[in-house]
Amino acid sequence: MTLVNAVLQGIFLGAFYAVLACGLSIMFGVMRIINLAHGDVAVLGAYIVFVIVEHTGVSAFVAFAAALPVMVVLGYILQLTVLERSLKAGILTPLLATFGLSIVIQNLLQLTFSPDVHSLGGSAGVVTTSSWQVTSGLSVSALGIVVLAVAVLVFGALQVFLSRTRAGWVMRATAEDADAAELVGIDSRSVYARATAIAVAIAALGGLFLGIRSVFDPVSGPTQLIFAFEAVVIGGMGSLWGTLFGGIALGVAQTLGAQVHPQFAVMAGHLLFLAVLIVRFGGGRAVLPGVRRALLLRTAR
Amino acid sequence: MKVQRWTRTSSLFTGGTAVLAVLLACVPLVFDPDVVQKLTTLLILVLLAAMWNALAGYGGMLSVGQQAFIGIGAYGTVFFARQGVSPYMAMILATLLAGAISVPISLFALRLRAAQFAIGMWVIAEVISIIVRLDQNLGAGTGISLIELNQYEPNFRQAYTFWLALAFAVIFLAALFFLLRSPLGASLQAIRDDEDAARSLGVRVAARKRLLFVLAGFGCGAAGVLVVANTLFIEPSSVFSVQWSAYMIFMVLVGGLGTFEGPILGAILLFAIQTTFTQGGPWYLVGLGATAALFALALPRGLWGTIEERLGLRLMPVGYRVVEAQREKKVA
Amino acid sequence: MTLVTVESLDCRYGLLQAVRGVSFEIGQGETVALIGANGAGKTTLMRAVAGAHRPHGGRVVFDGIDITRIPAHRRVALGIALVPEGRRLFPGLTVEENLRVATSRRRGRWNVKSVLEVFPLLQPRRHVAAANLSGGEQQAVAIGRALMSNPRLLLLDEVSLGLAPVVVDAVYRSLTDVIREGATVLLVEQDLTRALKVAGRVICMLEGRVVLEGDAASLDRDRVVRAYFGLKRPA
Repeated sequence: MTLVNAVLQGIFLGAFYAVLACGLSIMFGVMRIINLAHGDVAVLGAYIVFVIVEHTGVSAFVAFAAALPVMVVLGYILQLTVLERSLKAGILTPLLATFGLSIVIQNLLQLTFSPDVHSLGGSAGVVTTSSWQVTSGLSVSALGIVVLAVAVLVFGALQVFLSRTRAGWVMRATAEDADAAELVGIDSRSVYARATAIAVAIAALGGLFLGIRSVFDPVSGPTQLIFAFEAVVIGGMGSLWGTLFGGIALGVAQTLGAQVHPQFAVMAGHLLFLAVLIVRFGGGRAVLPGVRRALLLRTAR
Repeated sequence: MKVQRWTRTSSLFTGGTAVLAVLLACVPLVFDPDVVQKLTTLLILVLLAAMWNALAGYGGMLSVGQQAFIGIGAYGTVFFARQGVSPYMAMILATLLAGAISVPISLFALRLRAAQFAIGMWVIAEVISIIVRLDQNLGAGTGISLIELNQYEPNFRQAYTFWLALAFAVIFLAALFFLLRSPLGASLQAIRDDEDAARSLGVRVAARKRLLFVLAGFGCGAAGVLVVANTLFIEPSSVFSVQWSAYMIFMVLVGGLGTFEGPILGAILLFAIQTTFTQGGPWYLVGLGATAALFALALPRGLWGTIEERLGLRLMPVGYRVVEAQREKKVA
Repeated sequence: MTLVTVESLDCRYGLLQAVRGVSFEIGQGETVALIGANGAGKTTLMRAVAGAHRPHGGRVVFDGIDITRIPAHRRVALGIALVPEGRRLFPGLTVEENLRVATSRRRGRWNVKSVLEVFPLLQPRRHVAAANLSGGEQQAVAIGRALMSNPRLLLLDEVSLGLAPVVVDAVYRSLTDVIREGATVLLVEQDLTRALKVAGRVICMLEGRVVLEGDAASLDRDRVVRAYFGLKRPA
C-alpha cells in the first residue's frame, strides 16, 4: 500500500513541478530561450505574495490575485530589457544573461528580506492542512488536489488558447517562424513579451504553491529551476502536455526514490533526468542500441 | 601579404610572462603566509577562468557544472590522503581522478545542446555532491579537513601550496597555449564559429570538444585540489556550489570570452573586487551578476576582446595575422 | 500614379553587398517582373521593400511615405505584402489558421472565403496542417495568406520554385485573376517566358545592379538573355 501511496503523493508533487515548469516550457517553446532565472522569478512571486499577506492579512490566494498584475508587468519588463537583446545575439547569450539575472534577483531578495526561510502555509487557510484518509495506506491532501486541479486547468487553458484563439495561433506562428510572422503583419516583439508575461505569471503561481507546500528563502530559486528544467526535459522539450507529464514523472520518481532511502528522493529525479537525456540523445556505446531505437521511435522530433 | 604568428609585441610579452613565472616563484620567499594564501587564491581563479574559457570560448560549450570537478579534486585529495598517501601526492592523484572521471561524462554530455548541456552538467554536479554527502568517511554533509597537511609547518605548507598552484597554472595555461597554436587550435576556432561547416570540412568536432572538456576536467580538478590545500576545510555545499560557475562566468565574460589573455584579466579583476569587498555579502554579488549580464548583452567580447579589437593588439601569439604588404605598385 | 519608388537602395549582409544603388518606380496597377540569375540580389531587394531587410543606404517610398525605417509588420498595415521565397508557411498551423493569422485591419475584398474561392483546390484541405500540404497547395496558401491583408502592393518571390509546370500554370491562372482586379504586383520569376508573359514591365538585375529595364512587349528576348547573364553588350 505504501507504494501506491508513494505514487499518489508523487502525482501531487509532480503537479506542483508541472506548474513550476510550465512557464519555462512556454518561453522555450515560443522563443527557444531557457530562462536560468526562472526559479528565482517563482521565488520572487512567493515573496510578493508574502509581503501582501504580511501587510494586509488576507489569505495567500487573495494576495496572489493582487500579486499577479505586478508579476505580469515584471514579465513585460524582463522581456523588453534583458531577453529582447539576448534573442538577437548568439545561443549562449540568453543563458549567460539570465544566469547573471538569477544572481541579481537572489541577492536583491537577500538584501530586502533576511536570509530566513518563510512560508505561506499559515495564510492559505484550511487547504494547507486538510487531508482525507482514503484507505489505511492512502491519504489525499486538500493541497495536493488543489495543485493538481490547478495544473490541469492551467495546461488546459493554455491548450485552448493556443489552438482555438487567434492570439494563440499568432503565438504559435511566431514560435515557428518569426521572420515569416513579421511578413504577415505580426509584431513578434509584442508576441514574445506576451509569452514572457504569461510565463512569469505562471511561475509566480508555482512560487505560491512552493510557499504553501513548504518553505522558501532568497536562494531557493536554483533548486526550483533544476526541477522545472528536469520536468521539461523528461516530458520532451517543446511539448506543452509533455511538461505536465514530465512534472508528474519527476514527482513520482522522487517519491519512489524516497521509499528507497529518504536522502535518495532528489537523486532519483536527477537520475531519471539524466537517463532521459542519455536515451534521447544517445550516449554512443554507453546505451543499449535496442532501448535507444525503441524510444527514438516514440519521441520522433 | 604575409601571414605571421609572432609580432614584436607578442615576442616581448611571451618572454615577459616567462620572467613573470620565475618572479612569482619567489613570492613565498618574500611575502607573509597571508599574502601567499591570497595570491594562491588568485592563481586558483586564473586557472578556473582559463578552463571555463577553454570550454565556452574555444569550444562553445557553456557549462554551469564545472564545480563537479572542483569538488572531485577537493574531496579526492581528502580521500587519497585518508588512504595513507602523502598529502601532495594525494593532490596529484585527485587531479588525475577528476580528469579521468570527465572522460565517461564527456561520452554523453557532449551530445547535448546548449541549455541541456549547461543544466545537465549542473545536475551531474548535484548528483556527485549528493553521493559525497552520503559518505560518512568524507564528513557527510558537515565537511571535512585535510588534517594530513598539519604535518607541515604553516609557512612551508603555504609555500608548497603556492608553488603547486603556480605549477598548475603554468602547466594548464601552457597546455592551452600550445593547443591553440597547433592545427587543432585553428579547427577549434572553426568549430566555435560554425560547427556544421567545420564538420563538413572534415574537422573531427567531437574529438576536439572532448579534448577541451577533459582538459577542463583536469584543470577544474586541479583547482579543487588547490582549494582544499589553501583553505584546509571543505564542505559539500561550498565546494560543489554553483557559485563557482558564477565566478567563472563573470571572469570570462568580463575578461574576454574566446581570448587567451581575457580570462586572466577577468581573474585579476574578480580577485581585486573580492579583496576590496571582503565584507562580501549580497551587494557585491548583485554587482557581479548584473555586470556579467550586462557584458553578455552589451560587450560580448569582454574587456580584453574589445581592447584587442580596437588596438589590433595581440599579446600572446595564439592567432594568425594577415599583414598587408607595404606600398606595392598598383596592378592595372 | 507612382505607388512605389526605390531610390539608390544599398543592401548588405555584413561585408557582402547584395543590392547596389538600385532605383526604379512602380506605378499603381502595374505588374513588374524582376528577373536575374541566382545571387543577383532579387530576393534581398524584395525583402527590403517588404521591410524584412534593413537597407544600408537609400530609400523606399510607398504612396508618398518614406517607409525605409518602418518595420515589416507595420508595412503590412500600410498595404504591402510579400509572399516569401520558399513559401514559409507556418507548418504546425492549418490552412485556415495560416490565413487567419494574416488578417489585418485593412478592409477589402479578401477574406478566408474569397481566398478559398480563388484557390478552390484548398477548400477540402482547409483544416489540414500546412506541413502536410503538397507544393502547389502550399504556394496557394502562401499567396492567399499575403492577400488576407488586402495589400495594395503584392510582392511575389519565386512562386514557381520547386513546382511542377502544371501546378505553376494553375497558380498563375489564379494570379492573373488577382492581377486583373487591379493589384500592383512586383514578382520575381526564374522562368523568363512566363515573366515576359505576365508582366507589363521587366527589370533585370545582375550582381546587385539593375542592368536592363523596359516594357515586356518591346524587349526582345536576346537582349534580355544577354543582360541576364551579363554578356558584353555589342559595341
